[in-house]
Amino acid sequence: MPAWIYEKTFRVQWLGFVSKVPGKKLATRFRVGIFLLCLIPLLRLFWLAFHDNLTANPIEFVERSTGYWALFMLLSTLSLSPIRLLTGRSWQLQYRRMLGLFMFFYASLHVIAYLWLDYAFNWPDIIKDIAKHPYVLVGASAFMLTVPLAITSSNAMIRLLRERWKQLHRLVYVIAILGVVHFLWLVKKDLREPMLYAVILALLLAIRIYYRISKRKA
Amino acid sequence: MIIQTKSDIVPSEITPQEIFDDRRKFLQQAGFGLLAGATGLLSSPSFATSGNLPAQYKAGRPLLKLPNFSKSKYGAGEKLTPFEDITTYNNYYEFGTGKDEPAVHSKLFKPVPWTVSIEGQVKKNKTISIEDILKLAPLEERIYRMRCVEGWSMVIPWIGFPLAQLIKWAEPNANAKYVEFISLADTQQMPGVNLPILDWPYTEGLRMDEAMNPLTIMAVGLYGEALPNQNGAPMRLVVPWKYGFKGAKAIVKIRFTDKMPMTTWMKAGPTEYGFYANVNPQVEHPRWTQSSEKRIGAGLFAGRIKTQMFNGYAEQVGQMYAGMDLRKNF
Repeated sequence: MPAWIYEKTFRVQWLGFVSKVPGKKLATRFRVGIFLLCLIPLLRLFWLAFHDNLTANPIEFVERSTGYWALFMLLSTLSLSPIRLLTGRSWQLQYRRMLGLFMFFYASLHVIAYLWLDYAFNWPDIIKDIAKHPYVLVGASAFMLTVPLAITSSNAMIRLLRERWKQLHRLVYVIAILGVVHFLWLVKKDLREPMLYAVILALLLAIRIYYRISKRKA
Repeated sequence: MIIQTKSDIVPSEITPQEIFDDRRKFLQQAGFGLLAGATGLLSSPSFATSGNLPAQYKAGRPLLKLPNFSKSKYGAGEKLTPFEDITTYNNYYEFGTGKDEPAVHSKLFKPVPWTVSIEGQVKKNKTISIEDILKLAPLEERIYRMRCVEGWSMVIPWIGFPLAQLIKWAEPNANAKYVEFISLADTQQMPGVNLPILDWPYTEGLRMDEAMNPLTIMAVGLYGEALPNQNGAPMRLVVPWKYGFKGAKAIVKIRFTDKMPMTTWMKAGPTEYGFYANVNPQVEHPRWTQSSEKRIGAGLFAGRIKTQMFNGYAEQVGQMYAGMDLRKNF
């Protein structure tokens, strides 16, 4: 790449973006970019389904994939504050709601896949499954808790609820812990993957706790 | 900026010669596999390879040559699970815990030469080669349902012979009340064995009457050919009325005992996996629904089917458990 193109594009725009507060135009572009990136897991599922490539157990594949991406979005949402605490930058917080809603989006797809594809809305069987299997109960509880957060995600709701909005949205920590436990409990024997997410979540929470304690001391 | 510098290392200097040669051999096998696959397509209409499999899953064809086999009455009317699904969706932790891993990681596994040793409560300890095992009894095709404890199932056209024939040859003595099956645990060929996920080697067991039941077979093939590596080559146990994990793969040792053997999964989760592990829709599992199952290969919208008592083989095996509390002896 000729040096002058590099200077005019990547260096100025992207390095500038990382180092200081982005301009409004760039922030919007970034928002659209994140939005499109977050849609890729869904488009991939459609692509694989269209090509009959959802593995030998397609129902489980869809359940696993949507569940994984819900957890991914949740951990992404929870990582924005620690970035502020560690770097002092706060512009990334403007994308927190979008990531949170994508978590709700993939969690909803996960639940729909379970209710529809897996259990064909056979409610007696579904109730039995939730009651008898702890990991399903934990997952169902986590999803129930995401619903009020999604409903109160608008600016109007934030204005309406004020302090109580803050309190309500602390539920996200409970949801995250339940989500990771849900994954840990469903795995038969090889805990490596869910443990990775448990460790990431623990780190994200530890950073918050550390700064809270050190602030109190100061 | 990408700055390219010319490497002064010749690739063949990096790759050890034997690995390089192994790859060549593998490529030759894979090429032969395509040919065998094509002939399979012609002779059997149920051989459903859709051809969109990523190259990494296309297994090298087994090296073992099977003698002729006869058809049997078992499984008439069942819709077979496609070959592709049977050979890419495996629980075989010796080759990795992901369902797709065994097909990939078992490619260079060598199922021949192979010997099985017979020991414990027998007239005398002895060993037998896989080639000689194939001469013990005529092979037949058995189409069986396979129900996994995880809530999915398949219909598999196994090729094998009744385990009873091998036991007859092994000559157990009067103290033999149970049979223990021990799988290969080779850290060189089986990458999963290096991880302490299960207590290796994989060990399974049956009560003597279960082992002698005519439904119990040693499988050496499926879909008309020798067993693919990821399905337990060269020889595995198939007990169709029990959950799939009872079917020990790549068996190297058969031991007759007077006491109930401790199996791998009993050690891994004593509250979840029992010695009997009979398919039973009435006995709940802490993780998975056991009253219904997903049939592999049925598609995204097929939903679930009801799980049958003893996986539908109650008529042939039910009497062995008369008077037993199957909730306690799960």
